[in-house]
Amino acid sequence: MDAVPPIQSEVLALEEPLPLDSGQSIAGVRIAYESYGKLSPARDNVVLVCHATTGDQHLASTHPITGKPGWWNRMVGPGRPIDTSRFFVICANVLGGCMGSSGPGSLAPDGKPWAMRFPVITIRDMVRAQVALLDTLGIERVYAVVGGSMGGMQALSLAANWPELAERVLCIAGTATMPAQNIAFQEVGRQAVMADPGWQEGNYYGTGKAPDAGLSVARMAAHITYLSEASLTEKFGRRLQNRDEKTFGFDADFQVESYLRHQGATFKDRFDANSYLYLTRAMSYFDLAEEQSGRLADAFTRTKARFCVVSFDSDWLYPTELSRTLAHALNAAGAPVSFVELSAPFGHDSFLLDVPALDRVVTGFLSQ
Amino acid sequence: MSQLRPDLALIAAHVAPGARVLDVGCGDGSLLEALRGKGCDARGMEIDPGDVEACVAKGLSVIQGDADADLEFYPDQSFDYAILSETLQTMMRPAQVLDELLRISRHAVVSFPNFAHWRVRLSLLTGGRMPVTRLLPVAWYETPNIHHVTIADFLALLAERGITMEQAWYLSGDKQIGAGLANLRAEHAIYLLAR
Repeated sequence: MDAVPPIQSEVLALEEPLPLDSGQSIAGVRIAYESYGKLSPARDNVVLVCHATTGDQHLASTHPITGKPGWWNRMVGPGRPIDTSRFFVICANVLGGCMGSSGPGSLAPDGKPWAMRFPVITIRDMVRAQVALLDTLGIERVYAVVGGSMGGMQALSLAANWPELAERVLCIAGTATMPAQNIAFQEVGRQAVMADPGWQEGNYYGTGKAPDAGLSVARMAAHITYLSEASLTEKFGRRLQNRDEKTFGFDADFQVESYLRHQGATFKDRFDANSYLYLTRAMSYFDLAEEQSGRLADAFTRTKARFCVVSFDSDWLYPTELSRTLAHALNAAGAPVSFVELSAPFGHDSFLLDVPALDRVVTGFLSQ
Repeated sequence: MSQLRPDLALIAAHVAPGARVLDVGCGDGSLLEALRGKGCDARGMEIDPGDVEACVAKGLSVIQGDADADLEFYPDQSFDYAILSETLQTMMRPAQVLDELLRISRHAVVSFPNFAHWRVRLSLLTGGRMPVTRLLPVAWYETPNIHHVTIADFLALLAERGITMEQAWYLSGDKQIGAGLANLRAEHAIYLLAR
């Protein structure tokens, strides 16, 4: 599938400091974003797409580092479910990210990298940055906010905290409350980074030494959680990597080991280790019910948006039960909601992969 | 609405325009589409994922759920009509589902195939086996209809539960018939209920 050439790829500087849930604020926030399609004269065709943890603004354009097609190329483009001949699609690198938006790897006002001086942020803070971007672009309402995984959490946070902003909210393979198992995996990833001597309490920028090994291990562990047992078995089984026999050593004998090592090794080329700490921290903190004094339904009583909640039967990281709980809360709040568990073999990553049923659901939800 | 199943067409015709409606067991969403056409706030619940996907692809608000378990998540009186068409006889706990429908909605519309229709009776009498008819086309070991019900049974349940029958319609061969000897003559019964 050909990448859609972006019509813009820009970095916008916010004039006002961005207030944060922690009580701190960040001055000089920059937001890197891309847009596709044309903004209608009535400004009523905006679809805001929020990316997942290790995604970025290169939604449907070639990634500048990996040279690969955009992460949702199959979903976004002319005639595709998020149809760029109809919608003006915006995707911004999240606050705390490392592809041009302000994050721990970007420069603080003192001209040095923020590193761990960057304030701990939340999902709602990420959405604050998204909303500030829309404000600056003169967009007061969006036709839809769409996201998978951490992107879905942002979509929900936007609906709960800016109830007038979005007319439609599409949350794929997401959750309204981060469960313990996910917090646990996120902690493993962070500890892998922080245990690497190259991390240097986060001050590795410009030292020629970065926590590459730790970040790779974090990615390898996380990557397993994005797949399914069935997909790993089908893809690799117990097959050996370019050899006929086991080596009785600790080389990557198995294909699955080699694959994971490759995933880890290439990840460090495009992702900042400190960003990984901040983004997973934000996810661990995410609990829309807690924000609303314990009752999730209360998060959605003020919005008039229509919701669509999608889960996948093979996703054990964000299992269907999380989406069902969300759908029930939306029902209890009287919000118009659709909820469907789709069958797909790819685990959590199903939202990024070839699942024709997802295309139909997205198309249908955005059509009405 | 000509393509609608006759019982659904009848139901659609009796739902007030603009009403808030929940169609429990909405299938592929054809009733919801008809109701949406009347300006209703029409939502659905369906257990079959393929049907839910088809509904969402049509832009309908449908959640994948099980009426036996998931109706409890709706607040009291959040709908004007809760519709249960051709679904009551598949419920694990039909009586509780009826109670739930009338908790979340001012009215319930319930339709079911009448197991006391003369053709069913005849089939059972002469063949001595569980009837397989036009409205009950599946053999006993595969049918989703785990609680077969007759019109007389249903009316007795309404009386027992203190549920008011506001209106009744009876169908035979897709045509509406009178209430006389309905338990013998009607293949299909549709009730508008309230509490």
